[in-house]
Amino acid sequence: MSELQRTPLYEQHRSLGARMVPFGGFEMPVQYTSILDEHAAVRERAGLFDVSHMGQIHFAGPAAVETVERLVTCPVASLRPGRVRYGLLCNEAGGVVDDVTVYRLAEDRLFLCVNASNIAKDRAWIESHSPAEAGVVDRSSETGLLALQGPESAAILAKLADGDAAGVRRFRFAEMAVGGRPALVSRTGYTGSDGYELYVAAEDVVPLWGALLDAGGETLSPAGLGARDTLRLEAALPLYGHELDDDTTPLEARLERFVKLERGGFLGAEALARRAAEGPRRLLVGFALDERGIARADYPLAAEGREVGRVTSGAPSPSLGRSIGLGYVPPALADVGTRLEVIIRNRAVAASVVETPFVPPARGPSATRVQEG
Amino acid sequence: MAEYDLPDNLIYNETDEWARVEGKRVLVGVTDYAQQQLGDVVFVELPDPGTSVEKGDPFGVIESVKAVSDLYAPVSGEVVDVNRDLADHPEQVNEDCYGDGWMIAIAPGDASELEGRMDSAAYAKHCEERKE
Repeated sequence: MSELQRTPLYEQHRSLGARMVPFGGFEMPVQYTSILDEHAAVRERAGLFDVSHMGQIHFAGPAAVETVERLVTCPVASLRPGRVRYGLLCNEAGGVVDDVTVYRLAEDRLFLCVNASNIAKDRAWIESHSPAEAGVVDRSSETGLLALQGPESAAILAKLADGDAAGVRRFRFAEMAVGGRPALVSRTGYTGSDGYELYVAAEDVVPLWGALLDAGGETLSPAGLGARDTLRLEAALPLYGHELDDDTTPLEARLERFVKLERGGFLGAEALARRAAEGPRRLLVGFALDERGIARADYPLAAEGREVGRVTSGAPSPSLGRSIGLGYVPPALADVGTRLEVIIRNRAVAASVVETPFVPPARGPSATRVQEG
Repeated sequence: MAEYDLPDNLIYNETDEWARVEGKRVLVGVTDYAQQQLGDVVFVELPDPGTSVEKGDPFGVIESVKAVSDLYAPVSGEVVDVNRDLADHPEQVNEDCYGDGWMIAIAPGDASELEGRMDSAAYAKHCEERKE
């Protein structure tokens, strides 16, 4: 394994007493004080995450839009400047190269925010499917990214923003100064709570972090990847490498609302149309444990004593006070209420398929009722 | 990171369990270093009374939000008592790892197994060595 990279906030994390762990090729804070406390802070007040490890791949030029439209499963030409959509990069077999958010900066400019662990793979994939006129540039290392998440996020950001940050609606973004530094203020996140993702120049991320913590005071807690994981799991948001990988289709992962098969023309579209016609071989389900125990990634899932799949993510849900998880099972076992077993240390622990998201999302103001993707 | 509370009157395992001799029983739990490393403890799986345990073998499991760790017996013998409170209140391991966070009591088959083991000073050094 090559040497771990650090974000510009490494020293700040250390001085806050964070426990650092390897994640996606970076040395990242998993927790500062307590995952449970940081989780509660985001659900009840606000939390601040350093997610500068994530990647940003920009496109600029006459072929930018058509190129991205061919790369991702969601519509791009119809995405207006100032709006964000979630989508997937798929390979020709329909497997997921990465899951991304698409930002339309201007008529001929966009960027994709990609997972840290996939930056190099995505860049190679994108470059091999992009003409020179698409103007592909990887700006991951020159970009800092903070996620300000939780119900108090808008009030905290209002103290520092030069523009109307509170007026930025869900899945939209605006460029404005925050703490006197240029920022792209995006009403998005990965927690199931209201909040923002703030893109800034890498050299501005340290002062922005400090300014936000000062402005937030008692209301805002630094939060690590441990809480980010329990939060996104409660919201049933997929994590690449767990729910998604090169051999898993978005249809199996139940992300079909982000895959516009009728549009076609994107990489993997033909394979996905075929797979959709055949019907899925397995489906991602959310389950909750009916007994004590914690499901973890890779534990077997069983039904009536027979192994039927694997857990992809699992944790005790701090908001619900019970253990939850995601995993793949045959379609016949995917209905809500289906009884499953999680095999924990050779013991079958009863579980049931439940509705997802596990915790209803409490998000910011919607632009319209439909624009989720 | 903060200092660790390592009482003098305990015997320490390299695997971060403590043992305290109380008459004919040996009380066992995890150390302050272990609970700090784990973070929020959310589940503890312990054996039933009457179970035989072997020195150095796993007797149970402790889980934090992110991690699963085995618990290793500091001495061979029979489990004679189990802290049932931890089923509903695993956070006691974080709050009071040498008191309310105790896990099991073992009646040792051979108490001499506890001789010559790590004391708090030796264990403190062992913790220090694992810091990055």
